[in-house]
Amino acid sequence: MSFIETLRTGFEAVRLHRLRSSLTVLGIMIGIAAVILTVGLGEGAQSDVRSQINALGSNLLIITPGSSTSTGGVRGGFGSASTLSVNDADALESKTVAPDIAAVAPQTSSSTSLTTTSANWTTSVTGTTPDWLSVRARKLAAGRFITAADEKSINPVVVLGSTTSQELFGNASPLNQTVTVNDVQLQVVGELAPSGSSGTTNQDDLAIVPLTVSQQRLFGGTTRSSVSTIYVEAASPSSLSGAYQEAQNELLALHNIATSTDADFTITSQQSIVSAATSVDHTLTVLLGGIAAISLLVGGIGVMNIMLVSVTERVREIGLRKALGARPNVIRSQFLVEASVLGLAGGVLGVIIGFVGTKVLPHFVSSSVTLSPTASVGAIVISIAIGLVFGVYPAVRAARLAPIDALRTE
Amino acid sequence: MVDAAAETVIELSGVSKVYRPGSIEVHALNNVDITIGSGEFVAITGPSGSGKSTLMHIIGCLDVPTSGRYLLAGDDVSQLDEYALADIRNLRIGFVFQQFNLLSSISAQRNVELPLVYTGIARAERRRRAAAALERVGLADRLDHKPGELSGGQQQRVAVARALVTEPALILADEPTGNLDTASTTDVLRLLGELHDSGRTIVLITHERDVAAEAERIVTMRDGKVQNDHAEQAVHS
Repeated sequence: MSFIETLRTGFEAVRLHRLRSSLTVLGIMIGIAAVILTVGLGEGAQSDVRSQINALGSNLLIITPGSSTSTGGVRGGFGSASTLSVNDADALESKTVAPDIAAVAPQTSSSTSLTTTSANWTTSVTGTTPDWLSVRARKLAAGRFITAADEKSINPVVVLGSTTSQELFGNASPLNQTVTVNDVQLQVVGELAPSGSSGTTNQDDLAIVPLTVSQQRLFGGTTRSSVSTIYVEAASPSSLSGAYQEAQNELLALHNIATSTDADFTITSQQSIVSAATSVDHTLTVLLGGIAAISLLVGGIGVMNIMLVSVTERVREIGLRKALGARPNVIRSQFLVEASVLGLAGGVLGVIIGFVGTKVLPHFVSSSVTLSPTASVGAIVISIAIGLVFGVYPAVRAARLAPIDALRTE
Repeated sequence: MVDAAAETVIELSGVSKVYRPGSIEVHALNNVDITIGSGEFVAITGPSGSGKSTLMHIIGCLDVPTSGRYLLAGDDVSQLDEYALADIRNLRIGFVFQQFNLLSSISAQRNVELPLVYTGIARAERRRRAAAALERVGLADRLDHKPGELSGGQQQRVAVARALVTEPALILADEPTGNLDTASTTDVLRLLGELHDSGRTIVLITHERDVAAEAERIVTMRDGKVQNDHAEQAVHS
């Protein structure tokens, strides 16, 4: 008996018992859809995190101060020390010391109230250098960014984030307006374009002033030369580890520290943030995927169940087919085909449901869902495999039936 | 009427069949010797429980004897495996059952095609031969009818068509008239008679005397043994 013939018989049997077949298919369908959606959710969340972190800038290293240790030996929290200074940033800019470093942007941040004649708004006032714009991969919506001349002359200028501008000036252009910070009047020279990323912190609610203005006119104090973060941009993705080494060695030397384990600063690469953030998502995906896999297993048991019923119900038919000359392997293939047709139908429908889900679900959860073609093809292959695996036992039972016992059954 | 010159098709010697449904043994067949020549029309008859159905199952290679030897056209069938038995049933034997045993979901023509499917014959040829077989049993206009749309007599004629579509040398009919009215019984017996006339060996199992009387030779079974084996001449004209 040809394979086409076996296929046709299998399809016919499935079609003949429409209700039963569709209920069985439903089980597989739900399982496959669940797997596709959880995998899609996991992948979507990971790509979200990745794009959020990539939005910080490319080839980025982030240097933060280490923890402070008081004379009594009490350690402060991460980043509580003020061990990084403008000098450190200046040193890293040297091409001879750090050839792999393309740009450096030290930054201080302080949450302060901004006032205009008609409004006030508390935001993060960030003092930094002109390189910040390129290092953080940001764009201007209007006006200009702070310049080296601003730094040098301590010009009282400010560049507003889009959210901050909106809060202070509404939809009007903030350019050439004046905002007051700690009794210092600052002229707005530019506005940042929205960053487009929706991380946990709003990247668009900030006011940028020249580092010198921040240190000498807005926030004085004893730690006026210290910075809270130094952003370092490597020359290329391949020079990232070189830049890391150079920054670490240079800072250790400047701080007179012998070994890196005693370092009073921390260098974080974007990649390490991505992997830390995605590992949480990954755990969740594995967990959800596990549950989905169990539902797929239940669907598979459903196939087995229905195939056993089918064999029992069709004992006479099996007996007749054997009496007419069907070899045991032909009977076995017939039931295997039937089971895999059920699996295939469930798989195809499950992928369709999953596809619809990836379109609908993002409206309800704050995460994108991706449906990869590989996952879809994989899901269909798996569903056929489930049909086959769970169909083997019933099929073997059918093939083993003695024709005479089968024919005798009423 | 046993023609000594005729080739022997079926030769059972010392065949026994023991079932063990529970703790006790049931001797369905007890040391049976039967020889049937090519082209014979034999009726096997006897009361229920006499072993006639078991005998037919063994002759039809649906079951294997517990002991004894069964030669089908010279081949020792008791030594064959499931696959070989399936091929023998497919190519050499045509079955007609009391319950018709047609598949209710497919048309008469496709039912008749079924044995050819397992022979591996291409679809167009199958359809042609199935149509020819149905025409031969007088159902040329019922090709697309499903069994449920046919009368009992018509269904059994479909079953006869299915039995003859592979052109087997041996046709086994197990109580073929058991579920039929008188007119249909006559039809089916006439068909079997025609098949016999065309040279086929026919083995007919029945408990009805007048049906058995259609055959040339009547084997009477009782308690798993052959009680009587003689050529019938009284009724056959």
